[in-house]
Amino acid sequence: MLRKHSSTRPALRDRLVAGATLRAPPAAPITVAQEIFIADVSGALWHEGTRTLVVSDLHLEKASSFAKRGIFLPPYDTAMTLARLAQVALRFQPARIIALGDSFHDREGAGRLSPEDRASLHQLQKGREWIWVAGNHDPDAPQDVGGLYCDFYELGGVILRHEPTGAPAELAGHLHPVARVTAPAGSVRRRCFISDDQRCILPAFGALAGGLNILDAAYDGLLQAPVLHVLGRNRVYSVPVTRCVPD
Amino acid sequence: MTKPAKRGAAAQSALPAQFQNWFAARGWSPRAHQLALLDLAQKSQSALLIAPTGAGKTLAGFLPSLVEISQRKGKSQGLHTLYISPLKALAVDVARNLDVPAAEMSLSVRIETRTGDTSTAKRQRQRRDPPDILLTTPEQLSLLLGSADAQALFGSLKRIIFDELHAIVASKRGDLLALDYAHLRHIAPGLTAIGLSATVRAPDALREWLGTRAQPAALVTAPAGALPQVTMLDTRERLPWSGHGAAYAIGEVYDMIKSAKMALVFVNTRAQAEAVFQQLWHVNEDGLPIALHHGSLDASQRRRVEEAMAASKLKAVVCTSTLDLGIDWGDVDLVITVGAPKGSSRLLQRIGRSNHRLDEPSRACLVPSNRFEVLECHAAIEAVAEGAQDTPAVHGGALDVLCQHILGMACAGPFLADDLYAQICNAAPYAGLTRETFDAALMFVANGGYALKSYDRFAKIRLMPDGRWRVANGKVVQSWRMNVGTIVESDMLKVRLVRGGGKAALAGAGRPRGTLYAPAKIAGASTAAYTGALTRGGRVLGQIEEYFLEMLAPGDTFLFGGEILSLVGIVENEAHVARAQSDAPKVPSYAGGKFPLSTYLAARVRRLLASPKLWKALPPQVVEWLKLQQQKSILPPASKLLIETFARGGRHYLVAYPFEGRLAHQTLGMLLTRRLERWGLKPLGFVANEYALAIWSLEDVGAAATSGALSMSKLFAQDMLGDDLEEWLQESALMKRTFRSCAVISGLIERRFPGKSKSGRQVTISTDLVYDVLRRHEPDHILLRAARDDAMTGLLDLGRLADMLGRIEGRLIHKHLARISPLAVPIMLEIGREPVYGEAQDEILADAAQTLLDEARSS
Repeated sequence: MLRKHSSTRPALRDRLVAGATLRAPPAAPITVAQEIFIADVSGALWHEGTRTLVVSDLHLEKASSFAKRGIFLPPYDTAMTLARLAQVALRFQPARIIALGDSFHDREGAGRLSPEDRASLHQLQKGREWIWVAGNHDPDAPQDVGGLYCDFYELGGVILRHEPTGAPAELAGHLHPVARVTAPAGSVRRRCFISDDQRCILPAFGALAGGLNILDAAYDGLLQAPVLHVLGRNRVYSVPVTRCVPD
Repeated sequence: MTKPAKRGAAAQSALPAQFQNWFAARGWSPRAHQLALLDLAQKSQSALLIAPTGAGKTLAGFLPSLVEISQRKGKSQGLHTLYISPLKALAVDVARNLDVPAAEMSLSVRIETRTGDTSTAKRQRQRRDPPDILLTTPEQLSLLLGSADAQALFGSLKRIIFDELHAIVASKRGDLLALDYAHLRHIAPGLTAIGLSATVRAPDALREWLGTRAQPAALVTAPAGALPQVTMLDTRERLPWSGHGAAYAIGEVYDMIKSAKMALVFVNTRAQAEAVFQQLWHVNEDGLPIALHHGSLDASQRRRVEEAMAASKLKAVVCTSTLDLGIDWGDVDLVITVGAPKGSSRLLQRIGRSNHRLDEPSRACLVPSNRFEVLECHAAIEAVAEGAQDTPAVHGGALDVLCQHILGMACAGPFLADDLYAQICNAAPYAGLTRETFDAALMFVANGGYALKSYDRFAKIRLMPDGRWRVANGKVVQSWRMNVGTIVESDMLKVRLVRGGGKAALAGAGRPRGTLYAPAKIAGASTAAYTGALTRGGRVLGQIEEYFLEMLAPGDTFLFGGEILSLVGIVENEAHVARAQSDAPKVPSYAGGKFPLSTYLAARVRRLLASPKLWKALPPQVVEWLKLQQQKSILPPASKLLIETFARGGRHYLVAYPFEGRLAHQTLGMLLTRRLERWGLKPLGFVANEYALAIWSLEDVGAAATSGALSMSKLFAQDMLGDDLEEWLQESALMKRTFRSCAVISGLIERRFPGKSKSGRQVTISTDLVYDVLRRHEPDHILLRAARDDAMTGLLDLGRLADMLGRIEGRLIHKHLARISPLAVPIMLEIGREPVYGEAQDEILADAAQTLLDEARSS
């Protein structure tokens, strides 16, 4: 049971910093095609230059999608995901929020939003630009949920699209990266950003969105010498791929 | 099955001539307990038979049915007797044994088994044209009851026999069986039951389980056999301070095997079985046929070993609890248990595996794996001599099982909630079920049971205008049938041999020759020649827990099925492995004992430790160790908790000796470190074993306690089970594992089947995420209640921890020492060997981040 004292320090520092400035806890800077982004501990990506917040794979209404098949997952995932997003938005005060695809778990997802959840979504969109990028789960524009809809989005020379292609200057989601990091003492599995100096794949932001290990073949050829930015409890840890194992 | 009885022919009037003659022809006479059961059955009374192994228990159970069926006039009138066994193999074995008297008496009786292996054609025929006696398992019974023709099939049922009842009642399987039994009694009102059990601590609980609280089943007790001869290995070697194996004494174990006809070597975990088997193989100069048997091995391999045992072709079998139960495998005359037995009933049960003859004593030898276990073995031997039992108490029924059953009942046909509730309350574990909880379970089955009612339109069962609940569609039934049962294995991966990679490790050159009944040898050379790319072509060796494989990286070597294998990679739900050249596995797979020390034995160990008068029987090395403890510190008094503090290597240690088993200690360790951290004492980590717990910290906890800055009694105060526990449960990996199994059993999510691969990502649902969402939004949801109930007894052993904290309140003894005490040595040696749980997870990330920094600095 290793519990080095050092690990509890950042937590305390986080609280102090967060309390003082309402700013993100220690987060990892990621440079993609010379643009600087901040990988936030929430799993969102922040671009200070354009005051843009990017989140991927919200998978809203995933639980109700399973319920259709008789698998009654708790119907609170949409509310939880939106509440988490609202917290991040409060910290960063973004001018623009981009949902990087698979925002709804299925095509009918937007139609199943409860009135309460619909209202929180409207609240989130108030006073800022909102972009829905198309995903494989939601290839068509969602109805009656505000915002703009596009297949991809360009931000300071970087292309934002749902599915990563491996092209340079690209932000994507889709794969739900998670890393299983090992130490002699054991291993831990967490959501993560995976990036090189030209690309970044964002973790899934949705409360019920599972993950795919970054060592899976699906990632092959998408990045060159990537680094992981793993979401800890209170901060982001940058970890080499060599410390990771398959599931 | 029955041996000559000493007593003469008693009042045998109940026994028809046909049967009397059969007994006489064999030179036997029926035993008193056999006649007593017959008598009770004829009075339509249920009965519990407690009898030692070898007392003709099985025949006693079936005698009433055979007599009734033999006296039946005319044609078969449907199913007469149902026999339920916890083991498929046992059902098959009993059926075979029953055929003998039936054939010899030319009884016109049809006896059949129904297990997972029974062909579809035969199953269908059994429904159409049932046998007189059907032998099956609890899961098969559930499936039969959850079908529309259950009423017709079981309406004629006269008697039900529960074999090895003691082994099943205190589990979720027992809960499901109790619910099914309640339903059977509803379908067949005249049904009487016979329970067959080994000796238990509280027979009354079993009697109520079979009958009702108001009218428990009658108790019939067969005379106990000769007292077993149990000894502890008097080793010539130096006893290890810690550890869980028998490597130090393997030569002595081998000598015992040599001198026995056939020996069973029991260990507590699969990993221990592998290790002991390998060690024995290393010293097997004489090439003795020694085999390996544990639950992870491929079924065909296990059958092979069982057959070899029955045919007396083996000298010894190294096995786990898979051989605990009552199958008669042959001429075992010696039982060796490696490691402490953890409970006296478990030990008695294992001893019972040797010498199935009542008049000869069974022989057993305990091989303690460390010094503390010497104390435990000694306590267990005394307990056995007194015939003391510590079987787990029958507990309240599990809520996830209740949910599964409700859906099953809906699959059988529409029901009124009031009727089903009344019926369920007749099942012993659910006698105290409130209507409120029943309704919550009902709503869970219908639509998830969430406060936010958004799933009504997708409901699995619906309330009809006539007030009855009816299943929504055929898919629901199909899905229930796929998920019946309460055994949720931790996710298992198939282990497939994909490359020979050289010679089999154990059959390699330079090793003694002999017969090795393990996959390595049975596989022979056919796979050794296999080379080439990673394919699915190889043979499946068995299954292994996913969490174990998670720790491995490709290339790591480990022991499985008696060989050293190296992981090639994990492909979907299979681990591809190759035979490794190495001599020793890189990754030791020991992950703690499977069974916690029983409270009963724990109390005995505490007593033994506190009373030097009782040490005469202990080995001199152990006595010396305890005397040293007496000098340097103090012996833990039987009714108090000893806490020692000392500094070592720049760290401060706190060691406590609760003797409550690893699980309770682990939970205690989590809670204490939380508290110490909040109080600013900077704890760094902790380790727990069966007997003690050690916490290390940057600050001097001992000095703080001596100076009065910290209160030990506050540190160990029971209120840690309040907020601290809540906070910890939220992130506890153990709790999440518990929740996962509740989610599967209750039917929230579907079971993952080996072989039914994940078709792409995201098809599987992460129950960890579901747990997080549910805890946050509906902390009182029935599934969280189910998981919490499990945690009380299961992985966290909270109930036991609570009892302990209550017991030691105001009874703490703190010793602030200059250096480590002799008693602390074993636990201190475990530091660094144990896996980390939830708490330290971010630590691992920070550590990994450091590697990146180091990398950056060096380049």
